[in-house]
Amino acid sequence: MGRAMVRIIYREIAGGAAFWGPLAGLGLLILVGLYSAWYMEHYGHIVTGMGNRIVWGIPHVFAIFLIVAASGVLNVASIGSVFGRVPYKPMARLSGLLAIALLTGGLTVLVLDLGRPDRLIVAMTTYNFKSIFAWNIFLYTGFLVIVAAYLFVLMERQMSPYSKPVGWFALIWRVVLTSGTGSIFGWLVARQAYDAAIMAPLFIALSLSLGLAVFILVVWTICRWEGRELGSGLLSRLGRLLGIFAGVVLYFTAIQHLTNLYSAEHWGVEAFLLWDGGVYPGLFWLVQVLLGGLLPIALVFHPKTASKPGAIVSAASLVILGGLAQLYVIIIGGQAYPLVMFPGMEVHSVFQDGVIASYAPSLPEFGLGIGGVALALAITLVGMKILRFVPQSLADKTVDPPPAAAEAKAA
Amino acid sequence: MNKLGDTERPEVADAREQTDVSRRAFLRAASALGGLALAPGVTLYAFGQEAEVRPADQAVTSQHRWGMLIDAGRCGDGCNACVTACADEHGWDADAASPTDAHWIRKVELRDPEGGLKRTLPMMCQHCASPPCVDVCPTGASFKRADGIVLVDKHTCIGCRYCMMACPYNARSFVHEPLADQKPYAPRGKGTVESCTMCVHRVDEGRQPACVEACADTAGGAMLFGDLNDPDSEISKRIASYATVEIRADLDLDTGVRYRNI
Repeated sequence: MGRAMVRIIYREIAGGAAFWGPLAGLGLLILVGLYSAWYMEHYGHIVTGMGNRIVWGIPHVFAIFLIVAASGVLNVASIGSVFGRVPYKPMARLSGLLAIALLTGGLTVLVLDLGRPDRLIVAMTTYNFKSIFAWNIFLYTGFLVIVAAYLFVLMERQMSPYSKPVGWFALIWRVVLTSGTGSIFGWLVARQAYDAAIMAPLFIALSLSLGLAVFILVVWTICRWEGRELGSGLLSRLGRLLGIFAGVVLYFTAIQHLTNLYSAEHWGVEAFLLWDGGVYPGLFWLVQVLLGGLLPIALVFHPKTASKPGAIVSAASLVILGGLAQLYVIIIGGQAYPLVMFPGMEVHSVFQDGVIASYAPSLPEFGLGIGGVALALAITLVGMKILRFVPQSLADKTVDPPPAAAEAKAA
Repeated sequence: MNKLGDTERPEVADAREQTDVSRRAFLRAASALGGLALAPGVTLYAFGQEAEVRPADQAVTSQHRWGMLIDAGRCGDGCNACVTACADEHGWDADAASPTDAHWIRKVELRDPEGGLKRTLPMMCQHCASPPCVDVCPTGASFKRADGIVLVDKHTCIGCRYCMMACPYNARSFVHEPLADQKPYAPRGKGTVESCTMCVHRVDEGRQPACVEACADTAGGAMLFGDLNDPDSEISKRIASYATVEIRADLDLDTGVRYRNI
């Protein structure tokens, strides 16, 4: 274990315009988000594109993206603490900070999209434990506490022996947490597009790929910004892992749809999502599968691009784009397809029975969602400014030195 | 009310309807008197129809399970009597057709593409014995009364709409904008979810739900309300005597609303 002896030096990010400028920009977006929330709360959800058929809209796409990514971004720390992979250890602190920041952003969007956000105290004090939503309230708040404790043992040198057990605990917690997020949909027996146990592992796979993609973008941006070295070997390593995760997402997606295609009762919804459902098949095949799945996998594994930072960063961006499309198809597409109450019959009513529900997201919905992303990034930025989250260097020779060099340095 | 599933000559039906109206008037008076004159919880069985006044200080029990039986064969094409009665009773707009407008009950038109057979029927909360909306509600605002009526507690609903995702019947509406002129017995609130209450305020007074009453008064008498727990009730007898169906019976939710002739 001589390699672990290399001393990693962490440093706060610099102040000045390079800090305050972006923070001011994010602050502005947060204000836009808050104004959007107030606007929706004041006038009611009539000002959104949502209705009685599409009850969860763009805010949920953003919120679930952030929550799922929050769980997955902590995987970088887990790989270091739990699985003992040395090159990941220097990135563990940033991974924990991002987990807290993304979850906070996601939960804020979720809460502000409630019909009665003022009743948050009711949600925190009155529980129905048969509801996976109620469990998620505990899983999410518990996650924040656990990651805070994890960061403490990672950052306090005397506590470092505890990083492995705490890391294990955090790993198990986030597996449960993301299973809970997937089961929000998986346990909905009423709807053709949901009601599937595979939602839990699919969301776990999605969390790993989205979380890592966010991590790659943030760490690359910070290192460039601060002039800190980011080893191309390390970046390629992260890229390859991203490629594997993106492949796992494609695998679960394929199994999900193939299983549905096998049973005649699901042909309608599958035809809708994969073939003739307007915007949804386009988002699925073009954005989710091609741009967000196959292309990034090619970029991180193809010999010509695998070692190029630009390709890895592009792959991460594409995975995020694909993930947003996937969540849009799952959340909005799943609701747009009508409930099947009378199989085999043509159904019609004033309440949109039997027809595809239309959804046109409104500006306040985007405002709220983007405000949540901005909040997550602002928390990350401020965190990195006041505490030592980011190593001074993530050069290959620093994070993954050859054994001889490490021993020499340690001596 | 004794028309469901049977074929009657129009004059007989009219005569029966007259009787029903006078019987309802009697029941209303009896219910009002009952609260004053009778011991709490006494059941008034008038002409074989159950009608119980539940004093406000007495808890609901599982002695009764209220339900409905709807005969789609008697439900008139183009008839909207149940919908307008519900809208008038609870203060929502029956004619509104925007996706953001509430519909506690709606008429659903069915057409079999093989042969073109048409049916129409009212669709609303099915008051399931195992309601998915109650299961998923994080705060317990969606709840089922001991007598089987599924309701939303407007004080603890946070407006997350998860129940709307979970309902197999699209039976719930979200209040998308501020409301005015609400009925005191049917409070509604912007940002909360609502659905058919089976006219719980009427049921507690020993009266019939507004839709059932309107259907009997002005339409085909396709709706029958009653106690599914009482083997002697009209609804139980009918369910025992001919085949009825639950919508989405595959989910095994044991709905309180059953249909015939779909």
